[in-house]
Amino acid sequence: MILTDDKKKYLEDKARDIRRSIIEMLVEARSGHTAGALGMADIFTALYFGILKHDPKKPEWAERDRVILSNGHICPVLYATLAEAGYLEKKELSTLRKYGSRLQGHPHREFLPLVETSSGPLGEGLSQAVGMALADRINNGKNSQKHFYCLMSDGELQEGSSWEAAMLAGKEKPHNLIAIIDRNNIQIDGHTEDVMPLEPLADKWRAFGWHVLEIDGHNFEEIYASIGQAKSVFNRPTVIIAHTTPGKGVLEFEGKYEWHGKPPSREEGEQALKELRTLGGRLKDD
Amino acid sequence: MNDLNPKLYNVNVEQESLREGFGRGLVKAGEKDKNVVALCADLKESTKVEDFAKTFPERFIEVGVAEQNMAGVASGMAAMGKIPFMASYAIFSPGRNWEHIRTTICYNNANVKIVGSHAGLNVGPDGGSHQMLEDIVLTRVLPNMIVVAPCDALEAEKATRAIAEHVGPVYLRLARDKSPIVTTLESEFEIGRAEVLIEPEEAEAVIIACGLMVYRALMAARKLEREGIKVSVVNNHTIKPLDENTILAMTKKAGAVVTCEEHQMAGGLGSAIAELLVKVNPVPMEFVGVSDRFGQSGSSAELFEHYGLGVDDIVEAVKKVITRK
Repeated sequence: MILTDDKKKYLEDKARDIRRSIIEMLVEARSGHTAGALGMADIFTALYFGILKHDPKKPEWAERDRVILSNGHICPVLYATLAEAGYLEKKELSTLRKYGSRLQGHPHREFLPLVETSSGPLGEGLSQAVGMALADRINNGKNSQKHFYCLMSDGELQEGSSWEAAMLAGKEKPHNLIAIIDRNNIQIDGHTEDVMPLEPLADKWRAFGWHVLEIDGHNFEEIYASIGQAKSVFNRPTVIIAHTTPGKGVLEFEGKYEWHGKPPSREEGEQALKELRTLGGRLKDD
Repeated sequence: MNDLNPKLYNVNVEQESLREGFGRGLVKAGEKDKNVVALCADLKESTKVEDFAKTFPERFIEVGVAEQNMAGVASGMAAMGKIPFMASYAIFSPGRNWEHIRTTICYNNANVKIVGSHAGLNVGPDGGSHQMLEDIVLTRVLPNMIVVAPCDALEAEKATRAIAEHVGPVYLRLARDKSPIVTTLESEFEIGRAEVLIEPEEAEAVIIACGLMVYRALMAARKLEREGIKVSVVNNHTIKPLDENTILAMTKKAGAVVTCEEHQMAGGLGSAIAELLVKVNPVPMEFVGVSDRFGQSGSSAELFEHYGLGVDDIVEAVKKVITRK
């Protein structure tokens, strides 16, 4: 897993395309979650275009790495990434949240079996990821070649069940479990530290027996390095606290908790797409 | 029609708890299929998962006192091809962790078996906080879920083996207290098939019961027979899906129904039967169950009497329903 300059440029382009898809989908859907989806675009890009062992032509391949999206409300980034990777037709993205769509407002396996879990209600993904890793360990022991990536929000760590799962993972120590927390500091009602403080977050995970890493969730080098390190830790699960900017990529949306649960209007969407095309005015608009 | 235990009406009828039958069934299911795994939330001995845990230590996971997590972990294991049995007391699972069961198990249609032991008043001295009387309704309203409430230890063992082979979420309701053996080793068990236990000619009513109330229903039928009143008795161990054919055939013949369950009257077996009958064959019906109250400490026998679940309560309900025909 080496990140060359060419690869980095490739990932940046992919992430920008995924952000454009997210904006377009949300404008069409007229409801949905903008901030978290944009904020996690770089991590999704790094996973699906560099890190994961997967095959879009064989979504049921038994040996694939598993991605468990716990905070299902950021699914526009999952759907956009799956389309970018070739699991879905891009034109299907415009059906998000509409009647009869496979792209439910929160992921549902009955409609879209290629997502690993249905999700939405918070604080449940890590339990499922731990269960998958433990089942895999029964079959393969320490020789497992799979990794289990659980993507979580920071807000959902206020759910007690998240810590029940963290405690079990601390006890069972599945080495191939990697949790990635979107530490964007916002939730519906405001900033996490105002609503219900999570800090000292890294210390909490350490106390639960996890290997803890903190990164800039928009820096591909740090994303790659952290996952590389997580894979080399064989006696504990790893949690990567990824510091991200909610709404990343569109200045108007960045850092504002008000964008947690609403979509851009058509005009806001057009402005956002222009900003993404020009990288915030650094490039000439085509 | 399956035979009844020949010693059923003797005072020295064999007694064993449903959870013991489950414990045996789980080991057998585990021997048959290596994908069967078990999870428990600090109640290994009292839910009788212990034998499985000793026989297959690598296939047992102790999650601690954390029933919400247990549901999600079981769902994750099912996603990897395992057949998880997650056991706790019914008050905690499916009580405490109901939404986790809804989302991670039923919404995912995950192949998880939820085993709720210590359901009902028979928990006795522990009191109302632990006497789960709302589990049938909580589970039967969930899409994809099958709900099974065996009547004795032999049936609990067979039900355990049967649900291991059914693909999809199942709730298995168990009891703490020793209870009389109603069926025989040879009695057949099939998910979704109600068993007609007694069917006299010209029955005036049919008693449909589940769990520990099946034995009481049979005792009530015998008492009524001595008074010249003939009733049929059905063991309705599968509350969802209902065996509509058997229930409709029996109610058409008898023309009146009494349902019996160790559960709130609201939403349980009686409600499920009423939902069917009101659409297809509305007949006079009486419910024997707990009437919108919590339990309390006492012996199992005392509590069944106190809350209107005794043999005489069933006898009275039958007499009443016949007058309404």
